[in-house]
Amino acid sequence: MAINRESNGYTITFAIIMVVIVGGLLAFVSMSLKPVQQANVDNEKMQNILQAIGISETDGISRDEAGKVFNTYITRRLTINYNGEILSDKSVNDPIDSKDKLDAFNIDLRKEYSKFIKPIMNKTKGNPDLLIEELKKSKDIHFPIFVCENKGEKYYILSASGKGLWDDIWGYVSIKSDFKTINGSVFDHKGETPGLGSKIKEDWFQDQYIGKFIANDNEFTSVDVLKPGAVLNEHQVDGISGATFTGVGVQEMLKRNLVVYYNFFKGHPEFSANETKEEVIIDTTTTDSTLVSTTDSIK
Amino acid sequence: MSEAKKESLFSKKNRKLITEPLNTINPVTIQVLGICSALAVTVQMDNALIMSIAVTAVTVLGNVVISLMRNIIPSRIRIIVELVVVAFLVICVDQILKAYVYDVSKSLSVFVGLIITNCIIMGRLEAFALGNKPWESALDGLGNGLGYGLVLIVVAFFKELFGSGSLSIPGLGKLELLPDAFFELGYMNNGLMLLPPSSLFIVAIYIWVQKSRNPQLIGE
Repeated sequence: MAINRESNGYTITFAIIMVVIVGGLLAFVSMSLKPVQQANVDNEKMQNILQAIGISETDGISRDEAGKVFNTYITRRLTINYNGEILSDKSVNDPIDSKDKLDAFNIDLRKEYSKFIKPIMNKTKGNPDLLIEELKKSKDIHFPIFVCENKGEKYYILSASGKGLWDDIWGYVSIKSDFKTINGSVFDHKGETPGLGSKIKEDWFQDQYIGKFIANDNEFTSVDVLKPGAVLNEHQVDGISGATFTGVGVQEMLKRNLVVYYNFFKGHPEFSANETKEEVIIDTTTTDSTLVSTTDSIK
Repeated sequence: MSEAKKESLFSKKNRKLITEPLNTINPVTIQVLGICSALAVTVQMDNALIMSIAVTAVTVLGNVVISLMRNIIPSRIRIIVELVVVAFLVICVDQILKAYVYDVSKSLSVFVGLIITNCIIMGRLEAFALGNKPWESALDGLGNGLGYGLVLIVVAFFKELFGSGSLSIPGLGKLELLPDAFFELGYMNNGLMLLPPSSLFIVAIYIWVQKSRNPQLIGE
């Protein structure tokens, strides 16, 4: 061969050509598989939301099936901010547009937590009152609500995201139209310990939430995760032995997120206009006491 | 002519390229390469199977590509070139898994990406593909991939059977093999079998059985 394969020029040229070819090929592979991958991710999200409702029709629904029937069950998608103002309100007739970042379906729970909430929590460590204040001020935090109608009953699927022992955890909780009874839940995690913290994904853990109350008559309570084996009341569930911190994470994220929804529903009686109008009391002092109870928990 | 070609394609020497890594020069049990993922992705049979297929695909394709390029690769940057080829193939595998077998890709998580660092692949590229023709290299890659997969599947079989009392086989779903009566009698799944250390025990027993059946493998 005439070319000197040991020369610097040859080596550098070879490296450059190789990198350009490989880079081009990778870009091509990534672009051409992107739509299929995105569909998987979307369908999984729909599957999680549908399973969280807690109705027999969508229990154990497969991922592909979830993509097809999502719109039959979810009739309205809302996005609110921490102060309970509605930012986006889509009905079943509005298609999900992946470019519309405010559409409830496009709210990325993990991003909400890691990008917007976590910095505030780090900044206000040890000062729960300040945390609430800062969260209220933030314009970036969104809370999606999915409204499901099935056999004349309405269910509201709420979401929560936070931190487990190792990495992010998130989940969906559905409540009945009395705005306090939990009807179903789904939790997921990025990297909790397999066999321990990862059990929050399992049915026995999630099913414990069914029938628990996130509030008593007019005060937000959330649902706590206790050490396994304790005597439980209607605001508590059993934790996972060996995974205390994951349990603490689930408890913290539910407390921090569900109170927003609770206050939102209180401040918007039209959501319950048909069924439980008399139960809704708009009372600023109640709201305040709610916040105090939350701050206690964050400590 | 085709007869003659076939003969040379699967000559005794070439067949050995596939059969030897399955047993006497098995990359995992004899050369002790690729142990990391053998410990980690063997909790369920289906994951182990997909992982084996992925690694086999990467060793075969990697070997072929490097073998085709063996005369033009500058020797001073050959490791980097090998690494780029392997990384490219692994990213492709990862993307394909994400698109078509999403659940498996989720449960394999980082281990797909870590195929890049699997010593078997770099080892075969360095030791074989750089000095041999593409066809032999492909067979060598296939043999080593299968040798790796064999160990993975054997380990996964015992881990899943004793760890969760079931076997998950692609296409058939999760088979609950142990009858409930077993559990009522007080039998319990062994949680240790689901954790990585148990793979070491199984690999060790595998090596024991293998060496006692092949006395020539036992050193002085």
